[in-house]
Amino acid sequence: MLNRRTFLNAGIACGALAFSGTHARLAFAALPDDKRFIVVILRGALDGLAAVPAHGDPDYASLRGSLALPQSGPGAPIDLDGLFGLHPSLHNLSEMWHDKELAIFHNVATPYRDRSHFDAQNVLETGGTAPHHLHDGWLNRALAPLALDTGNGALAVASSPPLLLDGSSHVTSWMPSRMQAPDDDLLARIGMLYAKDPVLGAALKQALATRATANAAMHDSASGPMPMQNGQGYGAIMPMMEGAGRILAAADGPRVGVFDIGGWDTHSNQGAGDGQLARRLQALDESFAALKTELGPAWKKTAIVAATEFGRTVAVNGTGGTDHGTGGIAFLFGGAVAGGTIHAEWSGLKPAALKDGRDLPARTDTRAIFKAALADHLKIAKQTLDEKIFPDSSGIPAVRDLIRA
Amino acid sequence: MSLEGALAANRFGLGAKPGEIDEANDNPKAWLLNQLARGQDSARFANLSSTSELAAQLVKQQLLRRAKDKDALKSFLMQARQTYLREMAARFLVGFETEAPLHERLVRFWSNHFAVSTQKPQCALFVGAFEREAIRPHVTGRFSDMVLAAERHPAMQLYLDNAQSIGPDSLAGQRSGKGRNENLGREILELHTLGVEGGYTQDDVIALANLLTGWSVDRGPGLAGLAGPAGPAGPVARMVNTAMGGEAENGFRFYPPRHEPGAKTLLGRSYQEGYRGGVQALTDLAQHRATARHIATKLATHFIADNPPEASVKRIESAFRESGGDLMKVYEVIIDDPAAWRPEPAKFRSPVEYVTAAMRIAGGDTLAALDEKTVGPFMQSARAMGEMPFAAPSPQGWPDVTDSWTGSDAVLQRVEWANTAAQRLGGQSDPVMLADSALGPLLNPETRIGIARAASPAQGLALLFASPEFQRR
Repeated sequence: MLNRRTFLNAGIACGALAFSGTHARLAFAALPDDKRFIVVILRGALDGLAAVPAHGDPDYASLRGSLALPQSGPGAPIDLDGLFGLHPSLHNLSEMWHDKELAIFHNVATPYRDRSHFDAQNVLETGGTAPHHLHDGWLNRALAPLALDTGNGALAVASSPPLLLDGSSHVTSWMPSRMQAPDDDLLARIGMLYAKDPVLGAALKQALATRATANAAMHDSASGPMPMQNGQGYGAIMPMMEGAGRILAAADGPRVGVFDIGGWDTHSNQGAGDGQLARRLQALDESFAALKTELGPAWKKTAIVAATEFGRTVAVNGTGGTDHGTGGIAFLFGGAVAGGTIHAEWSGLKPAALKDGRDLPARTDTRAIFKAALADHLKIAKQTLDEKIFPDSSGIPAVRDLIRA
Repeated sequence: MSLEGALAANRFGLGAKPGEIDEANDNPKAWLLNQLARGQDSARFANLSSTSELAAQLVKQQLLRRAKDKDALKSFLMQARQTYLREMAARFLVGFETEAPLHERLVRFWSNHFAVSTQKPQCALFVGAFEREAIRPHVTGRFSDMVLAAERHPAMQLYLDNAQSIGPDSLAGQRSGKGRNENLGREILELHTLGVEGGYTQDDVIALANLLTGWSVDRGPGLAGLAGPAGPAGPVARMVNTAMGGEAENGFRFYPPRHEPGAKTLLGRSYQEGYRGGVQALTDLAQHRATARHIATKLATHFIADNPPEASVKRIESAFRESGGDLMKVYEVIIDDPAAWRPEPAKFRSPVEYVTAAMRIAGGDTLAALDEKTVGPFMQSARAMGEMPFAAPSPQGWPDVTDSWTGSDAVLQRVEWANTAAQRLGGQSDPVMLADSALGPLLNPETRIGIARAASPAQGLALLFASPEFQRR
């Protein structure tokens, strides 16, 4: 397995001085035109028909049963085009759709066709064609062609980067924190102990640099202090989005960001217009709005893709939820996105149109959406995309016309 | 102090307490095996609620909700929070203090293998009891007994949605129109027994889910899922239950009216209708060849290396298979494996292991004060470093490889914790002495000099905690 840390060390061996400068910032190579690219992993398989209901489909209400949104009144979907709508919790996304900054994809899936979360997430994050064939993340492999592999080019909003961003290129990570950093003297002494360590030296140096960027962003920003609440795990998305938004907006901050957000595996009591999934979607939607605010002028140069490992069963299951399915949902949004569109290749909800009589079919390969952003937004060459970033994927072309000219 | 003594206390244990390496020195392997023969630490948990008491509390909570009795519900939920904090305090403390650290490591390994998580709030009441009553008693017993205890436990039934699963053709299914949930069936095959490459199909997932319909949390001997005259506590319910052999034990109950009728075929083998069919299926899965391979790989990864030698995995696998899943036989092989005694530390301590090692060597008198009122800072630290006990992000449990804990922010959080904890603990003792008794010959001479030259005892202790060798095992 490749390890991003094995080759990082030269600077560290120079010793303690490298650690004493908590205010030092790392140099980074800017993307053309200062662009930002963000990937949001919706871990656990978000129910696509809950987020983007096909409320105009004649079979929607009967198949979805207790999960169907009402056609009117409280809890009704925000209609987009007569056939599709957005869940009423997603009003910020609906504004982006009307501003033509959001493209929606239904019937999306990776090449994986079984129903294990962990294998499906592995394929989603490695960009391979089967689980465990590749050992690093596709986004990590995209950093070198973008000259963002220096350490501060990509940010994981997590204490350790998810597989998507793991690999031979060095990245940084950040989480809202309560603890105070140790003083420079202790850091210098620890730096000496870490001088020969293949893992700890580089990691600590990187964390201090990112913390310095975050601290600077705090002082630069008009919107007050950095969020200090710990937003790890199932809970608060907002502090992660606010804080990372500022780090990504900073002139010398990272240009690529990854969020890893769980809470979508709704096997029971999923709810419809109101309920557990509605609340989770609302938290996500409000956090996206906060991310847009914090990015400020950088929003216009930003493309964000939110994807999940697979879809869920169309019909409600025995416990008021949905089980693991196939075709799912993806969102591409941001100021750089040419949106206001829904890509579905919809064939209805009749049993014959469903995979195995239960799931939405897979029409668009998730990689085609990722490729769209990498090719047209970040200008990565087609050959690099087809061979290096998504190996053996020349048969999966990027979806065109998703990025503003 | 011998190298083997230091490895026994650190690689197989939870980090040495003062004097522990000396204790292990004479015969490190015997020291480890004795812990397994002896250690249960059950007296530590005497004042915590049993699973059946908690199941009764859950029923009460639902009645209060139904009655919309807000005040009573509020005070009930505050009590539930206290229960949870008491469990947390007991969990941290047993790690900090136990004299059978290998036994405790194994409890945590298995508890993580059969992960239940407070990220699903419905099962938060039960997560501590799950480890105490479904895992702990079986750690040195047979794997099949642990599988049964884990799958039956209310924490698992609620976490993986089986508590509400109803056979579509069962009496309750026909009346209510509700149905099966395949989540537990799938995760038993993929995570608890065969492993994802274990050769099962979607049909097997459904067969196992059907076999487990009717397994649920004990809500009394009712016909759960039915309303009206044949309701939960009515005479009809009692009659049907008795006639169909409903089983109940410690918070678990089998509800025959919810069980999918007919025999089921799982992995080519037929299983009879009823509770016994599910038990037989789990027993067979626990002893399956693929399960032996899956468990051997996980154990070798935990004790030996992130990528353990194939020879080690094979030896553990054989011991598991040949003994029919007798876990003592499995541990004996691991303890005997030369690969487990190599001097270079191959594993990175998880955040809870890290905090536990620090508290074992330097916690001293502060441990006496650890209870539900003072456990908060430990929970916050564990969360900040990325491993909150009983709150794994998915049924897969916490990861068990270095990369998962060494993201740059995670490393900084560990350094911050080292500093904070050392400020609190480090006023009194000589940090060089603590470093020697924590690591023995595993202590790097350069680290030892760094600690000796520290500006204060607290800074010296912070350097010990943060040092590369203390972060590993």
